[in-house]
Amino acid sequence: MANYPEQLDRTFAALVDPTRRAILTRLEREHGVSVSELARPFAIKLPAVMKHLGVLDDAGLITRSKIGRTVTVRLSPEPMKEAMDWLRRYERFWSAGLDRLAAYAEGKEAEMREKGG
Amino acid sequence: MTSLTIVRRIRARPSLVFDALTTSEGIARWWGPDDGPVLLAETDLRVGGRYRVRFRMLDGSEHESSGEYLEVVRPERLAMSWRWAGGEEDPGESLVEINLRAIAEGTELIFTHSRLHDEETRRSHEAGWNGALYKLERHFLASSEHRETQ
Repeated sequence: MANYPEQLDRTFAALVDPTRRAILTRLEREHGVSVSELARPFAIKLPAVMKHLGVLDDAGLITRSKIGRTVTVRLSPEPMKEAMDWLRRYERFWSAGLDRLAAYAEGKEAEMREKGG
Repeated sequence: MTSLTIVRRIRARPSLVFDALTTSEGIARWWGPDDGPVLLAETDLRVGGRYRVRFRMLDGSEHESSGEYLEVVRPERLAMSWRWAGGEEDPGESLVEINLRAIAEGTELIFTHSRLHDEETRRSHEAGWNGALYKLERHFLASSEHRETQ
C-alpha cells in the first residue's frame, strides 16, 4: 500500500536536525550558496557544517559543485517530493476509507430514524 | 508533516460513527484505500485490546495492519497504535486518534494519524520540524493541491 523506500529514512533523518533544516531553508530562498557563506550564521565550526552538508548530500537533498576553490551548494528537490508523495498515499488511504465510513454510518442513521430511534 | 489530519462531517449520531469505526461489521464496510474487500476484521475493544484488519486492494495486493487500543471512550474518542504487518511497507509504529463531536447535523470526526516517522521524531525532540518541512514543501510543490496536514 505505502511502500517505504530506504531513501525516505534518509530524507526524514536528514530533516530532523535543526541546523540542517536551517541550511535547507536558506537554500530554498537563495539559489546556490557557497559553503563559507552557508556556515556564517551558525555558531559552529566549518568542519561541523561540512558534516551536515555530507548528511544532506547523502540524502540527496543538496548538490555540491566545485568551481576553483569555491564549493557551491544547491537544493535538490526530488527526495523531498518523494517524502511528500509517501505522506499523500496515507492521506488517500484514510480519506477514501472515511468517505465510505461516513456513507455507512449515515445509512445506519437513516435506518434508525425509520424505526423511530 | 509527521502527522496527517482529516476532518469529516457525518450525518449520523456519534455512537453510530463510533461503532462503525470499532466493530468488525463496521470496519468491513469501509477500511482500506479503495473498494477492494476487507478480508478480516478483529477487534477487542478495550484499552490494551488489539485489532487486526486485512484487506485486498483492487489491484489484487493484500495488506494487513494491526495495533492496540490505547483509549476507548465511546462515543467520543478512540486512540490506537498502528503498524503494517510484515514491516515491509512501513517500519515502526504510528498513532491513530479519532475524536467525535456531536454537532447539529450529526458528528464532526477529527482523524489524526501521527508519529509517522516515529524513530526520527522521538530522537529529535524538535518542535520546529513541522513548520520547516512545511515551508520546504511549499517550495517544492507550489502548484500541488493543498491538503489538511499538520
